[in-house]
Amino acid sequence: MKVKDLTTQLKMQVKAGSDALSNEITGGYTSDLLSDVMGNAQEGHVWITMQAHKNIIAVASLKELAAIIVIGNHTPGEDTIAQANQEGIPLLSTPESAFDVSGKIYNMLHE
Amino acid sequence: MFFNMQLTYEIAGGDFGKAGYASSEIKKVLKKLNLDLRIIKKIAVALYEAEVNIVAHAYRGSLTVEIDTVKISVKAQDEGPGIADIDQAMTEGFSTASAQVREMGFGAGMGLPNIKKNADELNISSEVGKGTELEIITYLK
Repeated sequence: MKVKDLTTQLKMQVKAGSDALSNEITGGYTSDLLSDVMGNAQEGHVWITMQAHKNIIAVASLKELAAIIVIGNHTPGEDTIAQANQEGIPLLSTPESAFDVSGKIYNMLHE
Repeated sequence: MFFNMQLTYEIAGGDFGKAGYASSEIKKVLKKLNLDLRIIKKIAVALYEAEVNIVAHAYRGSLTVEIDTVKISVKAQDEGPGIADIDQAMTEGFSTASAQVREMGFGAGMGLPNIKKNADELNISSEVGKGTELEIITYLK
């Protein structure tokens, strides 16, 4: 499954990193604690979070995550978007909750 | 392959906008050296946590990486408040980070434990009111 499948099947909005939508998703990790993601997410995971500030991009880049999905009404700022484009990290947003998004992606990965 | 190189990056305390920059730059260098990817991934976690600790707690500091044929040594040095009780600081969940820092998802009390998990050796020395030095060693084999 690729990141662009999230945009087509789950109608997520692409905020940045549109050049890297062919990144392969191998799994996911849902957390709002940056150290938790640093310690436990794996390369190729999609990261589901309410954090929308610029530092999430460095975490995703260092961990080589497939994409970040910012959930709920948390909107990534201009600096976050610019950093994501610079690092080539797909940054998606959805109004849905972390629970709903995680469940849907889990099902897509295990179909 | 025989080589020996050293890189140093200055880190400004309180500058969250740049947190992670030094770690990313060092990771790029390690990738160019064609080191084992599993080792690079572990060092990237340790570097990031050490860098964020300096940003979140210290006035200023630096990350120095030395690479030779047997190991990668990271030194994270800072001028800052220091750590009064290192055993307590190593306890998962313990943090002295401010509420503002925690709201950003930092300060979960996982930084030093993450470094320890991702290193072969972690040595911490600290003096209250002066600063802290971490030595993080990863062996290449």
